[in-house]
Amino acid sequence: MQTQTTATRQQLPDAAGEPPAIELIGINKSFGNVRANRDIDLSIKKGSIHGIVGENGAGKSTLMSILYGFYQADSGEIKVNGKKVHIAGPRAAIAAGIGMVHQHFMLVENISVLENVVLGAEDGPWLKGSLDRARTHLEKLAREYELEVDPDALICDLSVGFQQRVEILKALYRGADILILDEPTGVLTPSQADHLFQIFEQLKQQGKTIILITHKLREIMAVTDTVSVMRQGAMTAEVKTSETSPAQLAELMVGRPILMRVEKTKSQPGEPILQVDDLRVFNQQGVERIKGISLSVHAGEIVGVAGVAGNGQSELLETIAGIRHAKSGTVRIGGVAAGVTGNSNAKTLRHLGVSHVPEDRHKMGMIGPFEEWENSVLGLHDEPENSGGFIMKIQTILQHADDQMQRYDIRPPNVHLRAENFSGGNQQKIVLAREIDREPQLLLIGQPTRGVDIGAIEFIHKQIIELRDRGNAILLVSVELEEIMSLSDRIIVMFDGHISGERDPEFTNEKELGLLMAGINEAAQ
Amino acid sequence: MNQDLPRWADMVLIPALNLAMALLMSGLVVIIIGENPIEAMKYLVYGSLGYGEGIGYTLYYATNFIFTGLAVAVAFHAGLFNIGGEGQAYVAGIGVAIACLWLDNTHWLIVFPLAIFGGAAFGALWAAIPGYLQAKRGSHIVITTIMFNFIASALLVYLLVNVMKVPGSMATETRSFEAGAHLPFMSDIFAWFGLKIEKSPLNLSFFLAIAASVAVWILIWKTKLGYAMRTLGFSSTAALYAGISPARIIIIAMSISGALAGLMAVNEIMGVQHRLLLGYTAGYGFVGIAVALMGRNHPVGIFFAAILFGMLYQGGAELAFEMPAITRDMIVVIQGMVILFTGAMDHMFRPTVARLLSFTRSQQEGA
Repeated sequence: MQTQTTATRQQLPDAAGEPPAIELIGINKSFGNVRANRDIDLSIKKGSIHGIVGENGAGKSTLMSILYGFYQADSGEIKVNGKKVHIAGPRAAIAAGIGMVHQHFMLVENISVLENVVLGAEDGPWLKGSLDRARTHLEKLAREYELEVDPDALICDLSVGFQQRVEILKALYRGADILILDEPTGVLTPSQADHLFQIFEQLKQQGKTIILITHKLREIMAVTDTVSVMRQGAMTAEVKTSETSPAQLAELMVGRPILMRVEKTKSQPGEPILQVDDLRVFNQQGVERIKGISLSVHAGEIVGVAGVAGNGQSELLETIAGIRHAKSGTVRIGGVAAGVTGNSNAKTLRHLGVSHVPEDRHKMGMIGPFEEWENSVLGLHDEPENSGGFIMKIQTILQHADDQMQRYDIRPPNVHLRAENFSGGNQQKIVLAREIDREPQLLLIGQPTRGVDIGAIEFIHKQIIELRDRGNAILLVSVELEEIMSLSDRIIVMFDGHISGERDPEFTNEKELGLLMAGINEAAQ
Repeated sequence: MNQDLPRWADMVLIPALNLAMALLMSGLVVIIIGENPIEAMKYLVYGSLGYGEGIGYTLYYATNFIFTGLAVAVAFHAGLFNIGGEGQAYVAGIGVAIACLWLDNTHWLIVFPLAIFGGAAFGALWAAIPGYLQAKRGSHIVITTIMFNFIASALLVYLLVNVMKVPGSMATETRSFEAGAHLPFMSDIFAWFGLKIEKSPLNLSFFLAIAASVAVWILIWKTKLGYAMRTLGFSSTAALYAGISPARIIIIAMSISGALAGLMAVNEIMGVQHRLLLGYTAGYGFVGIAVALMGRNHPVGIFFAAILFGMLYQGGAELAFEMPAITRDMIVVIQGMVILFTGAMDHMFRPTVARLLSFTRSQQEGA
């Protein structure tokens, strides 16, 4: 790497004497009885890229929220550039030169890039002056960091990659020297992610410090200089990236060795279970989201659908699940037409042997305020085993739920706990248990491991493969390419409502799939 | 932040704190107008609970509030904010009156089930229309139910002036029912068992209200319809995922809600007024919203909240009588305080209580 030589920065003492950009000393934070952060010490060198990894609930987000002023630490101190600071809120964090790019963008969709950048940082009651100044400043920033964005474009017209740039620009505009990025690649294609990493390099060269929070070990390995591992609220390790491996990091995160590869045998495809023919689906706004898709999934086979979020995969899953209606085309389950253009609903599809683990479990797959046992019959509450006529068979359901919790190792095993109080991994297990336990002909599964910790990922992948080995068909949608590649027997890539290609996972790679995800089919050209 | 409170705190402590706060503020208002708040409180409590007739009136008002509170709660569990209880109860009066006018030469035992049916059916119909408009046309239920209150009011004026009025009479009301369509008063019921209590408007409908509370509890937490309603109430996408038709559940939930509001007419028309008259709902439907809010949409909570509001109504009337400086409008102010603190400002004490409780718990565990 080059040395720091920017005009914008002041003279700095030599590297050895330079205080760290961020120093956390003995940070503690509890929520009720939960100690989210315990005695965290962390020191991040100026001008470096530092990764923080850990399972869900390990305390990464809490720590970063303390740094950004959302929470106050119960004890401990924060030093920025060697000076002790008290960060009472985001405003104080910004004043200390800390900027944050959230996982879910904090942008106002229907106003321009420029207005978003200025929002909250206006320098007077009149907008015009602020906007003009911001425009010049933004141009300068864009040049310096290669972050070109049209300042007059509306946010809603920008792709997610560009929206993310606006978030970064927002932080830089406020004078951030230290940038915190929370799971920044979750919504990007591999190539967009690569571009983001180039931006990181650029920022680093300009002397900015970057803190990257992610659960993708590949990214940690690719871009960071140093990496900290958190487990159960404590910092368990801090290592130089060049001196570690993904396997070691995973073990440090979970506290036990982790199987990084999914073990599975070759599939033995049988009869076709799902047959989709020339399916067309429009959304509520009348925009065509699926533009004539045909595909089939056979018994004993996992077909993975790769693609950047928003290219029609969600609509595909929801249409086959009976939640959405198609404009035209047919869906057959085990040879029976499902009537997805008209009179089907989720219940009729369930009766045809379709199970569905939806992409967004919080909005769809479970009801947060419902107790576990109530969630264990979501969608099945109407079945004769769960209700006799009018009254629900609560005793039976309770027993069944209890039994399920044992078999799927859902913790804590308390059927009366509300779903929202389980960890992400256990919530997903609740949904998975409900859907797999019915031994469906066809399992539709979206983002099976989103927001799920590594330990649970292993378990969930194992369950999916076991279901396949019992001769059931599985249609898997995931934005995690690694997951698609390791689980699928066949990969379909979707782009803009079309299938842009189909590949055998044995004979493809991330690069090729990445191109297909961007709509470029080299084989076809 | 997670503000999960233990059940007892949620159901008892928080409402009690809110109520105390409301009374404190009301006390200040009383002081400002130059009266003694302790004295006023005494009149209020004595007037509502101090003697037989007062208790009777309190429970009679409470009966109305239980019905309208349950109506709001049932819709709320399905994610619907039914502010049309007033209009639904008003229209339901027609159903009750028809049953009573038709068969009041028989016996109340015959009229009673028909009046219940008539009230419930008319109330359900009046709520089902906004339900249908919400489900199929996307017209917001809050707007339509408010509008339907006005339509109900106009409809009753028309009917009582042009159709159901006694010919030749100036009063905008139907003829009085014969004894066969009078529900027994509580004093009559006690008299059957040889017990003597003071006369009051409290009647058999009070037991109907208790039965309705139990029925709502079963409906919401024990039946698959209740399950579907609650699922929809929390998330319409989850409802679709579960194969529940939101449109169907919206219409059903609104119908049940309207039917419950409609039962209020049984208490008023068949129990007390013994004729259909203009404006007999007197805002009870709106108070039901506050009752449901305060009662956390749970039948038990609603029962107690209804009694509290019954006390405010009855005790307030006594208070206005005993302390002329405190006018009826002042009573409305006090009621407003209770609604404000128990409903709208419910979250004021919640974070503090949650923090205190979790603190004491962690202290205990630490020790």
